Amino acid sequence: MSDVSTSLPSSTAALSAARSAASPETVVVTARSVRVEPAHSSSESWFIQRINPVSRFIGALLMSLPMFITLDVVSACTALGLELVLLWIGGINPLRVLRRTWPVWIAAVGGFLTVFLYGKASGDVYFHWGIIDITQGSVSLSIATFARVGAVAMPSVILALGLDPTDLADGLVQLLHLSPRFVYGGLAGLRMMTLLKEDWHALGLSRRSRGLGDGGRVRAVATQSFNLLVLSIRRATKLATAMEARGFGGDTDRSAARVSKVHAVDWIFYAIALAIPVVALSAAVVTGNWHFAFGSV
Amino acid sequence: MIARDTATATLPLSSSAAQVSAHGWGWRHSGRKDFALRNVSFDIHPGERVLLLGASGAGKSTLMAAMAGVLGGTDEGEQEGSLSVDGLDARAARGHVGLVLQDPDSQTILARLGDDVAFGCENLGLPRDEIWRRVRHALDVVGLGGISLDHSTSQLSGGQRQRLALAGALAMQPGLLLLDEPTANLDPAGVREVRDAVRRVLDATGETLVVVEHHVDIWLPLVDRVIVVAGQSSEGLGEGIVADGRPEEVFDRLGAQLAAAGTWVPGRQLPDFSAVAGNERTENSAGSADDSAYSDSSHRSRTVLSTHDLSFGRDSQALGAGLNLEFHSGEVAALMGPNGAGKTTLALTLAGLLAPISGTVDYHGDISRGVGDADGADASSRRIVNEPIAWRSRDLLGRIGMVMQEPEHQFVSSSVLDEVMVGPRSMGRSEDQARHDAEELLEQLGLRRFGPANPFTLSGGEKRRLSVASMLAAAPQVVVMDEPTFGQDFTTWTAMARLIARIRDEGKAVILVTHDEDLVTTLGARRIMFAEGAQR
Repeated sequence: MSDVSTSLPSSTAALSAARSAASPETVVVTARSVRVEPAHSSSESWFIQRINPVSRFIGALLMSLPMFITLDVVSACTALGLELVLLWIGGINPLRVLRRTWPVWIAAVGGFLTVFLYGKASGDVYFHWGIIDITQGSVSLSIATFARVGAVAMPSVILALGLDPTDLADGLVQLLHLSPRFVYGGLAGLRMMTLLKEDWHALGLSRRSRGLGDGGRVRAVATQSFNLLVLSIRRATKLATAMEARGFGGDTDRSAARVSKVHAVDWIFYAIALAIPVVALSAAVVTGNWHFAFGSV
Repeated sequence: MIARDTATATLPLSSSAAQVSAHGWGWRHSGRKDFALRNVSFDIHPGERVLLLGASGAGKSTLMAAMAGVLGGTDEGEQEGSLSVDGLDARAARGHVGLVLQDPDSQTILARLGDDVAFGCENLGLPRDEIWRRVRHALDVVGLGGISLDHSTSQLSGGQRQRLALAGALAMQPGLLLLDEPTANLDPAGVREVRDAVRRVLDATGETLVVVEHHVDIWLPLVDRVIVVAGQSSEGLGEGIVADGRPEEVFDRLGAQLAAAGTWVPGRQLPDFSAVAGNERTENSAGSADDSAYSDSSHRSRTVLSTHDLSFGRDSQALGAGLNLEFHSGEVAALMGPNGAGKTTLALTLAGLLAPISGTVDYHGDISRGVGDADGADASSRRIVNEPIAWRSRDLLGRIGMVMQEPEHQFVSSSVLDEVMVGPRSMGRSEDQARHDAEELLEQLGLRRFGPANPFTLSGGEKRRLSVASMLAAAPQVVVMDEPTFGQDFTTWTAMARLIARIRDEGKAVILVTHDEDLVTTLGARRIMFAEGAQR
């Protein structure tokens, strides 16, 4: 791809001739069309792709909020199991799910260890050393914690991955009737984040080139942050001007070029999103494992 | 009924061309003593195509923003007189005027091509079918019709993004199209793309056009009227509208005066600053007696910088590889080629700011002498001495100077004078000496009167000159400049070219990244062309 050659003047003597020669030196670079990144889809799952972005948010809430009212192993594991199976059907196999959501599992392991080692003691004591108390109660509670963090966070992350900000903004304005001025202003600002990242990089290079790049890292970051703030305000002002020039923020009611609608598939998704915690919580009640989170126990 | 039918049956993008009238109009930015522009009076008739000229900093962009109704309210400045579009105050007519600016980054609003064009139509509250009809037509007219509406706007070239901005304005059927240096950031191919797109737009719509551009040759075939403005600070021509008429009239009658005041008049003779022949250069090295290379007149040009099997790029993605280039003292080398090819990346790598992906950038001779001495680093290591990426930041001062692509990235001070004094101060010059050097540089680049002003309040062309001045203040041996002549009128352009020639004749190596063919010709620079390789 980046196979490259360059003609070079070999000696200083030949240079004057080379300089005035009709054919200039050439640097061959990778063609830009090869550098283009692949188009991204709004989700790896064929099912999630079809759901309205706003539904994705609401569905995630429906799925996770009920899971907070009990602390048992059974409901957490049931929900987690159901979610993995459903995602598999939806087109993402469990291994892929784990790979996409690895930070969730680090958090889950953290929760597991905390409760496992330091959790409230109950039942048989398996191991005791200092403040570390491993008991029957702490073992089951730690497994429950692990599964619960996974069951709540994993589907939310999967649903959020690949979410298109423009589509979400459309949904927020058209379905939830949020102020277009606020939503589209925020959307345009979001696009600026990439520019700010480039600005930060360029500011760092410029400081180095101007002899200001040595010395304490902390001070460098502080001054550079201030420069970035100044630049971001400049950028925001320019962007606001461009948006105003296109009639944004005027008195006319804004119309919508893209339709954001709730389809049958969204209702199916809502049903599934509700069914998961219902089944999981029922399983806990039926098996007698229900453990009310806000109880006095 | 009938009237409505005919209205909908007209050409998809035809709109009634707008009339613009200014009467004694003026604007003073809050916090500035002088008016940016004053006593501006004109009537631009529907369908007229106007080229707006003026020196760098004359207030052209201010006038454009005012006509677009986006200049801001009373907290941002003070207005006098009146400015109206189709009889409406320009602010009230906002949204009925299409504005295209020079910086594609600040006018791409949404992530997908079609959505971005539709944005303005949505704000006008148009029905959906109408929006998409206009979007497709606007994209066709500017020559982007072949690209999917879902295409990511961040992956368009500079020329494409400017045409996208044009399409966004066009879809609103504005009646008045304002273009503020729309091609300033583009390579020659991009300039032609945009100019041709504008021509098609005007042929299709008959809209009124006002375009600002220093390089008049691009737009002259398209315009039928030239208006020249001068701000309070402009010298020689007076204030407000200094010329107004058909292009040939204006240039015939006032050509010499306009040229003297810095306007690029058509067919203008370029100065010749190509390298002085032979031994003249050696006199410049008289001061450095220990410099053997200079005093040896048979090698008046020595290699100060070379690359060896260099791969350059960002984020470990190589743009070019296997590069063996040499740069010489007393030579101007110009990196040229299309937007986005990687010229800037190579320039940053040569300047010791970006690490090579593989291979090396080596500095030779006494440029690297003394690098790393101060803190007792291992100066015997070849790498530390020759490869600038391993140098400390302070060691770059006095050795390599870089003018960044975006001048605003360079500013670290709150006043123009301080900005130029940063380098000399860091190099341990006395305060008086630093001030003296800084003021001299500012004088040369026509910025002296801005000494106490905030760098961010300068015009685009002035910012560019300031970034050059602050880099030169650190007296580098190798000078790397990314688009040094951007936004300059003829006077400041000539001053910049002369300054570059002087640096070269002092025996320094100059590396330019530029699209400016005239500059390369004037300096007789060595060209290094970037070309895209075959795909795979």
